[in-house]
Amino acid sequence: MSTAFEKKLKLGKYEFTNRLFVGTGKYQTYEIMQEALEASKCEVVTVAVRRERLLDSQDRNILDFIDREKYTLLPNTAGCFNAEDAIRCAKLGRELLEVDWVKLEVLADTQTLLPEPIGTLQATEALVKDGFTVLVYTNDDPVMAKRLEEVGATSVMPAAAPIGTGQGVLNPNNIKIILERANVPIIVDAGVGTASDVSRAMELGAEGVLLNTGIAGAKDPVLMAKAMHYGLEAGRAAYLAGRIGKKLYATASSPVEGTIGSHG
Amino acid sequence: MNIILNGENRAITEGTTVATLLGELALSGPVAVELNQEICPKKAHTETTLNQNDIVEVVTIVGGG
Repeated sequence: MSTAFEKKLKLGKYEFTNRLFVGTGKYQTYEIMQEALEASKCEVVTVAVRRERLLDSQDRNILDFIDREKYTLLPNTAGCFNAEDAIRCAKLGRELLEVDWVKLEVLADTQTLLPEPIGTLQATEALVKDGFTVLVYTNDDPVMAKRLEEVGATSVMPAAAPIGTGQGVLNPNNIKIILERANVPIIVDAGVGTASDVSRAMELGAEGVLLNTGIAGAKDPVLMAKAMHYGLEAGRAAYLAGRIGKKLYATASSPVEGTIGSHG
Repeated sequence: MNIILNGENRAITEGTTVATLLGELALSGPVAVELNQEICPKKAHTETTLNQNDIVEVVTIVGGG
């Protein structure tokens, strides 16, 4: 009998035991990336779509370092700044990997890498109509999150903080509101810096966490990947276990009667 | 004849198909092809002839978050 902790994450026709999704960008070497992915115990890895260099076939291809029997590849639309480009990019990812799901990103500017909300909504709607399972990266605005769900996103993925900033969950109140109102899985994506950030997101009730820089940029990515794994498990278990409330005044943990020196 | 391949001008001979073009390139791994902003699926590569001023994108998978 499976307990709540063992319940799988369902995203359309995809099902996963492990709720940590890890990116493949920014590692010093492909070998470190491989070891870090292994240490994270993730089942889903994200990848990007870019122009082939064409000139240098000596270049190793990242796909040689990712075992597709072990990992499910989730192509993203990173680097797209309008809906049209993101839609084209998603279709190229689908053609390349022969998968029909996508991590949709439509960004506003290169400095903040914040999502561009109108393009994000348009692209979500168009890709859903084209048969994609869309996991959409967005900001932590509860209204936006609901709109994306309403146009058919399979998962809404609010950022903890801007991409690569490592700040952790900046606005837990908004994430809580998103979670309360959502009828689709909510995966916190981006801005996570360390294991406790992952735990925090999961303790709020997120169904998963997606991260890249937090592992790839750590001094020891393989050890950080391990930490992120434990953080994810700890946060999920703590959430399902039902924590105690926070109180102003103390309640003793040891019995108050029978202390030595008390009279009658 | 001239096409634009990944943003750069490229001279090709008349009758070059997408498949022959890919054969001329140094590819690191699996690729997808977009021709004039539409996907050119793998099964159509040998049948799709390129024309003057066609805009071709040849993309691959790289690391990303």
